[in-house]
Amino acid sequence: MSAIILFMATIAAIAGWWLSQQRLAAKPWLEEGVAVDFRGERGSSVPPAKIGLGVFLAVVGSLFALLISAYSMRNTMVDWRELPLPKLLWINTGVLIISSAALQWSLMAARRSDDEDMLVGLLVGGASAVTFLAGQLVVWQQLNVAGYVVASNPANSFFYLITALHGLHLIGGLVALGRTSAKVWRGAPMVQVRLSVELCAIYWHFLLLVWLVLLGLLTGWTENFVNICRQLLT
Amino acid sequence: MVDIPLDHVAGIPPAEVGEVELYHPRSWWTRYVFSQDAKVIAVQYSITAMSIGMVALVLSWMMRLQLGFPGTFSFIDANQYLQFITMHGMIMVIYLLTALFLGGFGNYLIPLMVGARDMVFPYVNMLSYWVYLLAVLVLAATFFVPGGPTGAGWTLYPPQAILSGTPGQDWGIVFMLASLILFIIGFTMGGLNYVVTVLQARTRGMTLMRLPLTVWGIFTATVMALLAFPALFVASVMLLLDRLLGTSFFMPTLVEMGQLSKYGGGSPILFQHLFWFFGHPEVYIVALPAFGIISDLISTHARKNIFGYRMMVWAIVAIGALSFVVWAHHMYVSGMHPYFGFFFATTTLIIAIPTAIKVYNWVLTLWRGDIHLTVPMLFALGFIVTFVNGGLTGLFLGNVVVDVPLSDTMFVVAHFHMVMGIAPIMAVFGGIYHWYPKVTGRMLNDVLGKFHFWVTFIGAYAVFFPMHYLGLLGMPRRYHDIGETSFVPASAHDLNAFMSVAALIVGFAQLVFLFNLVWSLFKGKEAGGNPWGATSLEWQTPETPPGHGNWGKELPIVYRWAYDYSVPGAAKDFVPQNEPPSGAVAQGAHP
Repeated sequence: MSAIILFMATIAAIAGWWLSQQRLAAKPWLEEGVAVDFRGERGSSVPPAKIGLGVFLAVVGSLFALLISAYSMRNTMVDWRELPLPKLLWINTGVLIISSAALQWSLMAARRSDDEDMLVGLLVGGASAVTFLAGQLVVWQQLNVAGYVVASNPANSFFYLITALHGLHLIGGLVALGRTSAKVWRGAPMVQVRLSVELCAIYWHFLLLVWLVLLGLLTGWTENFVNICRQLLT
Repeated sequence: MVDIPLDHVAGIPPAEVGEVELYHPRSWWTRYVFSQDAKVIAVQYSITAMSIGMVALVLSWMMRLQLGFPGTFSFIDANQYLQFITMHGMIMVIYLLTALFLGGFGNYLIPLMVGARDMVFPYVNMLSYWVYLLAVLVLAATFFVPGGPTGAGWTLYPPQAILSGTPGQDWGIVFMLASLILFIIGFTMGGLNYVVTVLQARTRGMTLMRLPLTVWGIFTATVMALLAFPALFVASVMLLLDRLLGTSFFMPTLVEMGQLSKYGGGSPILFQHLFWFFGHPEVYIVALPAFGIISDLISTHARKNIFGYRMMVWAIVAIGALSFVVWAHHMYVSGMHPYFGFFFATTTLIIAIPTAIKVYNWVLTLWRGDIHLTVPMLFALGFIVTFVNGGLTGLFLGNVVVDVPLSDTMFVVAHFHMVMGIAPIMAVFGGIYHWYPKVTGRMLNDVLGKFHFWVTFIGAYAVFFPMHYLGLLGMPRRYHDIGETSFVPASAHDLNAFMSVAALIVGFAQLVFLFNLVWSLFKGKEAGGNPWGATSLEWQTPETPPGHGNWGKELPIVYRWAYDYSVPGAAKDFVPQNEPPSGAVAQGAHP
């Protein structure tokens, strides 16, 4: 359970930092009048949707941290047999990086109010995300053909489960991305779409990060890394 | 008093909100059914939760009938008994209490108490309710599928949860897991709303330290639920895959019905870790909103400011954080390393400190207060007594050496019913009697209310207090029929019969409550805007029940905390949060 404990500690640190800005030592029974409001004191007001996305990412992060915890508990059992990761996985990873980069490019275009570049960025980002998903399906297909079916070994089960959950989150993101692209296509004013593009980009970067962490886990690199750290410490 | 200057800071909602920003219902359907108004969604959540809760109540009757009069009722066999246990527990903990506190009270009170027009994402909020309803329907459907609902116990421990021999192995468990997954998706939608509304939609002057404790309780509980429910989600998905696809996440190598099963190598303990990583915060997800509600009820009905407001807030936050590092005290008998047991026993006992602070502060708020024994106050007092009672037995069970012999006895059943069954439901009832006048504009009938309280309170004690004793005798829990055992004397069977009769009576008292809810809706006394003389914002709305958008043209401005009761020198014995300080009227009212 160390992965989820680490994740929760991070969340607790963020929450603690935020709470420390909130005058929790105030004595409200002595203070009358319109109080100075501490929201938005740093760097203007953050739109609710962005805060909402932040909270949602914490929930998704917790989900994947728990999966990683479960993975690291299960893979110490005797019946665990690593499965060979198809080469295609690396290409897929590259495609996902392109997708994330395209959305970042789109966001930059949105910031300088460049309609066309923004739309191109969104479409490239969306198309490469779809390509990534298709690639993941092909990976499943290859593994299936090679006999690594979902129930034959826990390593396989975890591989399918983790990639499926990650893919489902990406599909959810694609719905939001599709709506944003449609808005841009219809020529909605830049003020309205800028936030949507930003939210999509943040979500994409987050899913890319999650994927890289998961990939590290599936390839066993994380384990090696942790072992090296452990040896250095002891 | 310190006057704090008005300060224009970006990010504070403007006093007037343009009409376009508000969602407007256009038809009867979007006003009352597919409504995006948090108040309507709150009522929908509450009605759904109470309806499925009634099912769970009837199930508890069935269990009590069997335990009190074993062998008398031919329609309760051993399998059904297990199914009743499972469904009763699951419904009460998740589909009733969690949904009612967060979806019901949260939706109604958060926007009104923080001075917002509505939740920040009304559409997502509406979706949250409909997904919840779907989860409830899928759950209810398990009663009608072949084989009936699962009988795995509310913890759904593998391997037995999905092996043949456990009732509901075919479909019941599948529907149950699907329903849980849906519930978590729906809750996440709602939870995002509650959190962001508290963070972003507070009206001017409403600092965090001026929030009523109800909002603090619901807010912290929501944050915890958002972080803890993924554990149940992961566990449910993996168990579902074990059941449907034959994977072995949790399933060890074992012999099923004389044959080697298809499973192998999995870890049932892994499930327990995941389940309790959700399950223990869940206790506080139910308790923290109750703490908040009780704080507000006590302060209002004792006409006294809450004692130690800051400590109360800090205690809520501390309990929320600590509750994530105590989960394995539910697993002392799982064969884990004794050092882990020691660690988790320590954290468990530490959590008693902030909890005790809260109890002392409630009692100190009551001390020399002007206690009005209204129905909400009675329930609040009932809560404190019951919670202390359940909390003390929690100290027993938190210690490994005491827990191990008591773990599988009725003592545990008595403990958790006191602390997270009766106590939170007291807060629910207190809250409903307190806020019903705001929701409907009419008071609940007082005589029926007092009858409801006394029968529920004394009856619940009659059911669960003797149960501690049965547990100490060694009477096992989860057993359909105790049969003839040397260590259970005949008097214990008489006690069981007594408890069953008490449970039936308590159950019928709830029907009186339901009748009161409906009857008062039409015939109740007109309440007016603020019948209790309360200070917090929800009682200061221009209309009762609050209209669409809550506040008429202008959002309220908050000048003080929510507990200015019996302020020396004040004209009335309460000063509403939005009442400008004398001498500073011009400064505050026209920013």
